[in-house]
Amino acid sequence: MTDTSKATETQPDVDRGISLVPEIGAHHDASSAHPVVFDAADLSVYYGSFRAVRNVDMAVHQHEVTAFIGPSGCGKSTVLRCFNRMNDLIEIARVEGSLTYHGLDLYDRDVNPVEVRRRIGMVFQKPNPFPKSIYDNVAYGPRLAGIKTDMDDLVERSLRSAALWDEVKDRLKSSAMGLSGGQQQRLCIARAIACGPEVILMDEPCSALDPIATGRIEDLMTELKSQYTIIIVTHNMQQAARVSDRCAFFTTEVNETSDTRTGLLVEYDRTDKIFSNPGDDRTENYVTGRFG
Amino acid sequence: MAAITIDDLRGNPRRLRKEAVVKNVFRSAAGLSILISIGIVLALIGRTWSFVGEVDLGTLWGDNWAPRSDQFSLKALLTSTAVVTGIAMIIATPLGLGSAIYLSEYAKPGVRRTLKPILEVLAGIPSVVIGFFCVSFISPNLVQRFFDSAGTFSLAAAGVGVGILTIPLIASVSEDAMRSVPRELREASYGLGARKITTSVKVVLPAAVSGLVAAFILAVSRAIGETMVVLLAAGSANASQFSTNPFDEGLTMTAAIASQVRGSDAAVSQSVVDSLYFVGFTLFAITLILNVVAERFVRRVRQAY
Repeated sequence: MTDTSKATETQPDVDRGISLVPEIGAHHDASSAHPVVFDAADLSVYYGSFRAVRNVDMAVHQHEVTAFIGPSGCGKSTVLRCFNRMNDLIEIARVEGSLTYHGLDLYDRDVNPVEVRRRIGMVFQKPNPFPKSIYDNVAYGPRLAGIKTDMDDLVERSLRSAALWDEVKDRLKSSAMGLSGGQQQRLCIARAIACGPEVILMDEPCSALDPIATGRIEDLMTELKSQYTIIIVTHNMQQAARVSDRCAFFTTEVNETSDTRTGLLVEYDRTDKIFSNPGDDRTENYVTGRFG
Repeated sequence: MAAITIDDLRGNPRRLRKEAVVKNVFRSAAGLSILISIGIVLALIGRTWSFVGEVDLGTLWGDNWAPRSDQFSLKALLTSTAVVTGIAMIIATPLGLGSAIYLSEYAKPGVRRTLKPILEVLAGIPSVVIGFFCVSFISPNLVQRFFDSAGTFSLAAAGVGVGILTIPLIASVSEDAMRSVPRELREASYGLGARKITTSVKVVLPAAVSGLVAAFILAVSRAIGETMVVLLAAGSANASQFSTNPFDEGLTMTAAIASQVRGSDAAVSQSVVDSLYFVGFTLFAITLILNVVAERFVRRVRQAY
């Protein structure tokens, strides 16, 4: 890891080439007071010797929805999976640069990924409930953490937060596999919430869902951000525009020597700025649908 | 464009004939295999039926298996078979399942690529070698060392040998079942802050349970059908007494058939021969049922994902 000593919580990222702090006097000034949760500086991810994503600089703020957009293969999911050290599961994956969580180096040798993942929950692209009962799905995380009391209450609260309680309250003991895709995905959100995380990472959570189920998840995100910090990867630009406060646009570049593609962060800013007045031509081409 | 006739669309008659011949060759190959199987089953049933007609059925539940003396204790054979199979499963299940968990969840790809073939080599060791190994090594160094009452030949020694023989089967089928559990389920578990062991035990094993049950049943079926190890290591030949003590000598169903057929005395009565068909039929029925049940479980794994 390189340079982790930066006092990232107080120092604006003026020297990073990309402005992360809105100009003073802008109308979204008030929410810029949210403290920084994650700060990535010059973050790159390698698979073996292949560099999948390079030079990501961004600060993720508390109680906001941060969206990652960009074409397929641009490394959005790869970067997202750095935030809860999910990439550790891939033997050959390696991270360079710095990524701090409340100023602490996430990739410090003393950091146990298991503890990180209890604080930073994740919802996946394909709804992936366990082949267990609805109740046991939600209770899985808390049981791991050794919570034994008031499980019924915790399960109910989590399902309510995920706007699923009314639909499943009479069949908590039946298999989660019997739910519809949208319900399964909300169950996965409830399951993540039950662990009491601070951050919820969502990796294209709606890509397997129909528009109605998608709408419900989007509403849910807007509700949840008052309590949680949310980072969402999405292929759907309208979705990013609807739900997110800040938006990161990634793209790919073809490497000259080998016929491979490396992802890079082009622009990171407030969502309204990205969609109305992007600072980079590539961003503008993408958000206006002229991406080539 | 020239007018098209039905002959243009009919195709080359010689090629059509050739295709018909090829089809019939394969069809007769399949048909013959099935006919042979049916023939064997019919012969089994016929001779079993005549055995049932010619002997006193009360002797089936007696204490002695000695067909030359008209004592046909199926009970003695079933009990020995159960003892050997039980011991084999006590050894093979934890070792096989443990290997499967290691290979599927813990081993790095390179390690797995090396270890799995080695494990499968174990499945290729001829059972007569394992049987001999049982008598010359396992029995004196393991069974007799810890259990004074055991002789050189014992059901326990045979059970250990059969267990070693079935480890690769359990490991291989269980590993396939666990590997077919989708990666997404593991990620869900890790994403909730689960450790590897928790993920393996609480998510992967339950999700693969049908496959694990199938592996177990197939192994039981294999253990019941194993002949050579028991024939060499369990000692008894031609005759055996009912006993539940694993440190006694004994005859399983398969070993009973084998030892009788290879018996020194050539003058054998019709009822002795028929009794072997009867035992063979019983064996066939048990393994058939086990295999059908196991197949059901395997199919359930495939359906689930």
